[in-house]
Amino acid sequence: MENNQTKVQNTEAEQTKTELDKVTEDVLKVIDSYGFKQEGAYNLRLNGMAVCHGDSRHIHIVKKEDKPGIDIHISGEAKDEQVHIPVVMSQEGIDVVYNDFYIEDGADVTIIAGCGIHGEGCSETRHDGIHAFHVGKGCNVKYVENHYAEGNGTGQKVLNPVTKIYVGEDSTFTLETTQIRGVDSTERENYVELADNAKLFVTEKLMTDDDQTAVSNFDVELNGEDSSARIVSRSVGKGKSHQVFHPRAIGSNRCHAHVQCDSIIMDQAEISSIPEIDAKHVDAQIIHEAAIGRINDEQLVKLRTFGLNEEEAESVIIENFLR
Amino acid sequence: MLQVEHLSYDVVEEGKQSEILSDVSFTVNDGEMLVITGPNGGGKSTLAKLLMGINKATGGKIILDGQDITDYTIDERAKAGIGFAFQQPPRFKGMTVRRLLSLAAGEPLDEKTCCNLLSSVGLCAMEYIDREADATLSGGEMKRIEIATVLAKQHKLCVFDEPEAGIDLWSFSMLIKRFEKIHKEKKESLILISHQERIIQMADRIMVISDGKVESIGDAKDIMPTLFGDELDGCECRRQKGGELYGE
Repeated sequence: MENNQTKVQNTEAEQTKTELDKVTEDVLKVIDSYGFKQEGAYNLRLNGMAVCHGDSRHIHIVKKEDKPGIDIHISGEAKDEQVHIPVVMSQEGIDVVYNDFYIEDGADVTIIAGCGIHGEGCSETRHDGIHAFHVGKGCNVKYVENHYAEGNGTGQKVLNPVTKIYVGEDSTFTLETTQIRGVDSTERENYVELADNAKLFVTEKLMTDDDQTAVSNFDVELNGEDSSARIVSRSVGKGKSHQVFHPRAIGSNRCHAHVQCDSIIMDQAEISSIPEIDAKHVDAQIIHEAAIGRINDEQLVKLRTFGLNEEEAESVIIENFLR
Repeated sequence: MLQVEHLSYDVVEEGKQSEILSDVSFTVNDGEMLVITGPNGGGKSTLAKLLMGINKATGGKIILDGQDITDYTIDERAKAGIGFAFQQPPRFKGMTVRRLLSLAAGEPLDEKTCCNLLSSVGLCAMEYIDREADATLSGGEMKRIEIATVLAKQHKLCVFDEPEAGIDLWSFSMLIKRFEKIHKEKKESLILISHQERIIQMADRIMVISDGKVESIGDAKDIMPTLFGDELDGCECRRQKGGELYGE
């Protein structure tokens, strides 16, 4: 880690900006809600290639030698810093990438990731982002991941992220993952391990339409004493889409976990919510709530008393539900 | 001015037609406050919903400022100038109180305006502005936010269905002051459905509805004695207990 930090001493000033086409710029605007800039620590992967990257004083990005992907080293001196690592695919094909994060004790960082597909072809466009987070002690890490697809192509637009998170003692990890539109198929695998007094906050937002499918498996192992997890999943299923949620919290110590899955079902959509809680310690307190239902008529009526028509009211309810 | 002419509302239950409201006629002049009272189950809330278009009248006419709005949808009536506060407001997951008030106002509201609105209904504004209007709020808090949504915009006519329900005494006093202010300014007509003596006392006119029919309507000074006089057995006793005329 020290060698890496030495190597980046002069890199910030030397960075030159790579010109991006309009499609890429537009997709980036959607998937990077913090605003992607070729400044500070960043790595943009475009159609399977890293096209530009930069380091900051406390965040160093190294290309993997053995497989596609990067290692992101975050110093414990990083305070309130950001690193942006978006992926854009505007050409058909399959891209599998392995990104590993090594976060030193005491770091305070926001990681903005996500993938956007612009598909105009008739073949599949797929991105599998396989991420592992090794979080030290006393860290505060926020990971924001937006998934999105667009384009008139008939080829499937597929995103299959795998995220493994190991949260050290006294650290807090906040995960915000959002997939609002365009992705035909997604299978998400998330696995989290929490050490003593580690805290996990997860907000998952998902909307599917037409014939889209989404499967989300989320395992949290509360191994540490006084560890805690709060997982909130909100989804909207429209058209003939199909969603399956399987959050699982396993308490192996004195811990507290709350899993909440709320879904709005519309049209001919199908949603399965299968929360699972396992207690392996007498002081493990684990709660789950799951609800699936149509848009409440009273909510629609209330918004219509403000002058919104039914369509507008429905749109406002969904927008805020997934906010 | 609101004119309601021979309004009726029937429902079919288990194949049998049942009359909920029958031949209800009244007017509300510009800037006037009409309080509708009467026993539970008499049809007051149904009448309020007919005025807002939430339920469709099976007979009669509703005319607002000379415009026949009988066939208007809920949102068309809102645009025509009617505001409505529900007796039991719905909750919205994910929607902040500020966003709800902005939607009610029809424009984004700044922090100061939101705070003023919430303060006027007895809520400590900064605590609520960014909270979600969901199940984390109590019934009383939601009720006051509901009233604030109607106050967020100027209407020709505001309909409040039992605004006092679920509100603590301190907030109720603030609410009374707010209604008095609106009434004094005479910019909006008010229909309040209430059992509360303090609200009934503010009225210009009072309408008593019982068994789906108008039992009496007239100036407050003429109707009040019939409500609170000795001739209504047990009223005094009920008033001493909770100040509600018809409440359980």
